[in-house]
Amino acid sequence: MSALAELGTLGKKKGGRGNDAGATAGGAAPKGPRATASKKDNRAAFVFLAPWIVGLVCITIGPMVMSLYLSFTDYNLIQDPNFIGLDNFTRMFGDGRFWNSLGVTLTYVIVGVPLQLGLALAVAMALDKGLKGLAFYRSVFYLPSLLGSSVAVAILWKQMFGTSGLVNQLLAMVGIHGPGWISDPSTALGSIILLHVWTFGSPMIIFLAGLRQIPTMYYEAAAVDGAGRATRFLKITLPLLSPIIFFNLVLQIIGAFQSFTQAFIVSGGTGGPSDSTMFFTLYLYQRGFGQFDMGYASAMAWVLLIIVGAFTAINFYASKFWVFYDD
Amino acid sequence: MTTEAAPHTARRVTADDGTRAPAAVVRSGRSPAKGPRRPRPSRGDLAFTPGQRAKSVLKHAALIAAAIVMIYPLLWMIVSSFRPSDDVFRAPGLWLTQAHPENYANGWNALTSPFATYLLNSTIVVLGAVVGNLVSCSMAAYAFARLNFWGKKWMFAAMLVTIMLPIHVVIVPQYILFSQLGWINTFAPLIVPKFLATDAFFTFLMVQFIRGIPRELDEAARIDGAGHPRIFLRVILPLMTPALATTTIFTFIWTWSDFFSQLIYLTSPDVFTVPVALRAFVDAQSSTDWGAMFAMSVVSLLPVFIAFLIGQKFLIKGIATTGIK
Repeated sequence: MSALAELGTLGKKKGGRGNDAGATAGGAAPKGPRATASKKDNRAAFVFLAPWIVGLVCITIGPMVMSLYLSFTDYNLIQDPNFIGLDNFTRMFGDGRFWNSLGVTLTYVIVGVPLQLGLALAVAMALDKGLKGLAFYRSVFYLPSLLGSSVAVAILWKQMFGTSGLVNQLLAMVGIHGPGWISDPSTALGSIILLHVWTFGSPMIIFLAGLRQIPTMYYEAAAVDGAGRATRFLKITLPLLSPIIFFNLVLQIIGAFQSFTQAFIVSGGTGGPSDSTMFFTLYLYQRGFGQFDMGYASAMAWVLLIIVGAFTAINFYASKFWVFYDD
Repeated sequence: MTTEAAPHTARRVTADDGTRAPAAVVRSGRSPAKGPRRPRPSRGDLAFTPGQRAKSVLKHAALIAAAIVMIYPLLWMIVSSFRPSDDVFRAPGLWLTQAHPENYANGWNALTSPFATYLLNSTIVVLGAVVGNLVSCSMAAYAFARLNFWGKKWMFAAMLVTIMLPIHVVIVPQYILFSQLGWINTFAPLIVPKFLATDAFFTFLMVQFIRGIPRELDEAARIDGAGHPRIFLRVILPLMTPALATTTIFTFIWTWSDFFSQLIYLTSPDVFTVPVALRAFVDAQSSTDWGAMFAMSVVSLLPVFIAFLIGQKFLIKGIATTGIK
């Protein structure tokens, strides 16, 4: 069961099976008269969950509440925060660079994720069972997704898509004079989207696992009925794979919204040329950790959370119409 | 399940040097933990009609072309790291006419401290993160998978939601919190949260795994008088080795490559980790000494590549099982 499926069924499912009576941690006396099969392990659970609870309160929920508060202040790390109401948000909505950074990130998500997932699915379909050299192909396609978020690969990309970088050297061999990809505002973002597409390996692995779960007899039956390749793909593969496509879609969208390293390194931290690679997270970083405008950065963070949450909610809602659960 | 490619696959690849190197990936892709191998249903080439044969050749040609496109930038970076910087902008091929290993010495000593310092710093952060995740996530996972307690349902839901929470929503107050504690420019902000099971992805992965362990084993231990700590340590943990291995490798790779939080918390050069040092190198160089920069980039990717070779099986299993039932 994937994490998403778990979330979806939480409302409907009964909790785990009750533990039998017996040891509570430290041999504590059972509370109440009914020390029977349905007794809870509250004390033991508290011990095992202690680190996680501290983390949830101090590292996650606490800071979230705090950043919500800060988004209504002018906090700058040095002076005490002053409450300024909705000022950060009104400034934000009047800030052209904010809207631009939102547009850059949305473009990256809306173009990059479908391309990446489409490629991941296509390659996973091509790597069918029993293919010679399957493990070799799988390794080669998977490796880039492990390296893709690193500074080293971003440095490589910066060189490759430079004016006399690798890409233009290769183009020159066939007589094409390529543009300065990352120094031209119209192509800089495209170069970074390409880096995202290059990391299609990890969704590909998930698709591979999903494809392996589809019983071959379905395809055999369809073939007997005279179904062509396209029909088999549309009527068998897609519906049965839809929960996995959905899982990949949600996770990749959330991940893509948070992309930072690639744009930061390729643009030298500026988000240039002329803000064409100014990702939302990069702008947040500049405002918060460059200008110490922590109130504004917190407000931006909450806008990001709301947008990512909205995307995820829409995804969950839309999934009712296209995701097919056969259980 | 990983199956090795037949040795001749490597030979079937065109005799371009560029495609040879990744073949090593395949040959050493076996992890020491050898599980029972399921036989692979392979249709011998003999069963093919000429038409199918042509199709299969075409398909392999397409896949090999795709593989070359995917891996070429990495190979080219490795080769370029042995070239004089001027050549980096002139030689799109992989043929090395003259080796120029000075790049490695230059890059190694380009910053205030030798690069070994940054490698060591990264190693400390990564080790701390790995130990933290192993301890805290496995404890939390045991509770979620095996214990019944008050509020379990909503706690579990909260854990799942945190998998999807963007780090940027909490980074500002976290930064303030850690600076109040005097932890800026130490490794604590990068390690301590890992001991508090904040990487929920791994908790979920382990919950999934523990659910697959038969409960009869717990029951038997309980009848023998074992309490939860002992069942966890003696029964569940030893059986969880694959999930622990997956967690170790992913934590290693992700923490080693993580840039955003290391950039924020580490501002003085003596505590730089590898990614932050690389970025400082790029800024200082203003893109002149590409040979040396590539050399250090290759050094920084080596550990990830080695982890990939050693643990490919666990990586693939781990990814696949969190995505499907």
